[in-house]
Amino acid sequence: MKAKLASYFSNKWLQVILFSLFIIVTSAALYFSQKSVVSFLLLLSSLLILHYMSLKNVTKWITALGLLFILIPFASSGGPAFQSYMEVATMVGIYISMALGLNIVVGMAGLLDLGFVAFFAVGAYSYSIFATKQASNFMPFGNFPLGGESFWGFLIIGGIMAAIAGVLIGVPVLRVKGDYLAIVTLGFGEIIRIIFNNADRPINITNGAMGIASVTPPEIFGITLSFPNQFYFVTLFILMFTIFAVLRLEHSKLGRSWKAVRENEIAAQAMGIPLVKTKLLAFALGASFSGIMGVVFAAKQAFIDPTSFTLMESFTILVMVVLGGMGSVPGVILGAAVITILNLQVLTELTNWLNQLSLSGALSIPDALSPAKMQKFIFGALLVVFALYRPKGLIPAKNKIFDVKKLKDHRPDHLNNDTEKDSVPIDKVQV
Amino acid sequence: MTILEVNSLTKQFGGLTANKDITMTVEEGKITAVIGPNGAGKTTFFNMITGVYQPTSGDIKLDGKSIVGLKPDEVAKKGISRTFQNIRLFGEMSVIENVLVGMHTHLKTNLLGILLNLPFTKKEEASAEKEAYRLLEYFELDHLLNEKANNLSYGAQRKLEIARALATKPKLLLLDEPAAGMNPKETRELTEVIKRMGQEFNVTVILIEHDMKLVMEISEHIVVLDHGEKIAEGNPEEIRTNPKVIEAYLGSAAVH
Repeated sequence: MKAKLASYFSNKWLQVILFSLFIIVTSAALYFSQKSVVSFLLLLSSLLILHYMSLKNVTKWITALGLLFILIPFASSGGPAFQSYMEVATMVGIYISMALGLNIVVGMAGLLDLGFVAFFAVGAYSYSIFATKQASNFMPFGNFPLGGESFWGFLIIGGIMAAIAGVLIGVPVLRVKGDYLAIVTLGFGEIIRIIFNNADRPINITNGAMGIASVTPPEIFGITLSFPNQFYFVTLFILMFTIFAVLRLEHSKLGRSWKAVRENEIAAQAMGIPLVKTKLLAFALGASFSGIMGVVFAAKQAFIDPTSFTLMESFTILVMVVLGGMGSVPGVILGAAVITILNLQVLTELTNWLNQLSLSGALSIPDALSPAKMQKFIFGALLVVFALYRPKGLIPAKNKIFDVKKLKDHRPDHLNNDTEKDSVPIDKVQV
Repeated sequence: MTILEVNSLTKQFGGLTANKDITMTVEEGKITAVIGPNGAGKTTFFNMITGVYQPTSGDIKLDGKSIVGLKPDEVAKKGISRTFQNIRLFGEMSVIENVLVGMHTHLKTNLLGILLNLPFTKKEEASAEKEAYRLLEYFELDHLLNEKANNLSYGAQRKLEIARALATKPKLLLLDEPAAGMNPKETRELTEVIKRMGQEFNVTVILIEHDMKLVMEISEHIVVLDHGEKIAEGNPEEIRTNPKVIEAYLGSAAVH
């Protein structure tokens, strides 16, 4: 019976039909209900189902893009909760991009970085300072705040600034290894936050603990972007770019050299891989993805202060990577989505629900025990459970599968002749 | 023609002298063996040639140019590759990826080429993959190409290490106990491979080995170290009958 069922489910067309039904039902439920977090989450989970379907990669990508760009924003636009759904989806996108950046450093290159949020802060501040009057405090020339069109340029500048910060931190930090590296990066992460916190004297650069308010919203073709549903598309475009870049890097010369350094530094070096340069590149590239999203975050929130970039944020991003599967791109995407949704939607909804219950007198739960306050406890419990039962994460990292046929058949002719002539003495080692 | 020239090479770890005043030359195309009892300083000697350790004094010249002071990756780029006594593969990576890492220095692509998947990057990658596959075929590891290196048998791991080292297209290949832990059949196979490899890949082989049968069969030149010093040098026949060598291996009683 079980085998029969399994064979039914491996049928491609049946999968497609069931999948279509699933998305139709969930998106209709989402569209017609006033507020249904469950159907929103189920619709998002259709992307995960898509990952496991036995379809061609191209088909999967096109379907995923269709879901993300058209169906999800449309289906959630039905009720009054539209903007709150889009807000969550935007935050998911921001965190996925950051987690993918950290995945390069921790998952691929094996360098445990506990201060990753620092690069996010660098990106966020580099836009906020120039998109408000803040910059005129220390820059006598120029007309601040810069207009909303500058946002697009700052996506690149934020990425570059974060990459530079990555290299600057990397040079001293990468002299140490393993546990020491974790401690030193933790320290540097805090140092950067404290610098932002204190850089209001003698020259007011960051406005210190007061934060920077009313950051200019981005503008495109004369349209000012200020609603979450508009930021959703901006984030989505950047996220797509990040995913493609990370996938390319993973199976390239660079990705292999990162993994080689992670697996065995001495052997990697003996193969001609320069250790410091390779590690610095991992730091810089990982940081730049985070910096780009920092710019988006600053523009979306329109207000930033140092409390958005605490140690807890660094840990959260690390939990996403570990939970999803270190070194696994689909795993990290899932991990980041799960943690962000858990944080922003599931825990807050649970809290609301419990509050309602206690208001109606059915149940009384002390405020200190509300789910929203148990974030750290839940992370800790999740990590323990995963370390015990699924140490490689939700979707473990896989090596690229090479196709023997491609390696053999399309050999250039002159090589083919060579091997045929020589293959008798060379090819097979006889005993 | 001399490919490697070592001049009064000395390495001290604090008060311990691991290598003392070693002078030797390696002829291009000849298989040279470095032998000696445990703790004689053979691996230290290899580590100095490959840049893992910096010598306390003395000089190492590859093709007439000094390579002292270079980092291991720079030495690798100059054309010296090696295997390790305790296998150091990239365990979580697949067999073919291990060989591809060996080709690292020969791939000319850059960040932009990778991110945009430019045609020359694609072409280079495809030809590197084919070349890696050919190397695997040579070592009869082609059926294992997608297997994780950690999952391979001990003998296969040793062979993969040699394949990975050859992927760097070295002039000089240093094998540190290539037959350690292999069974007699695997050792015989390996002996054949090492013999042929030199000519087919145009590489000069230096090896450290304890299996005397293998050493005597394939090496054309043997250097014997004991307590960090070179005590003898010559062809296998000379070494076999050298009283100093017999003393080092069997104790002074055996000579008298």
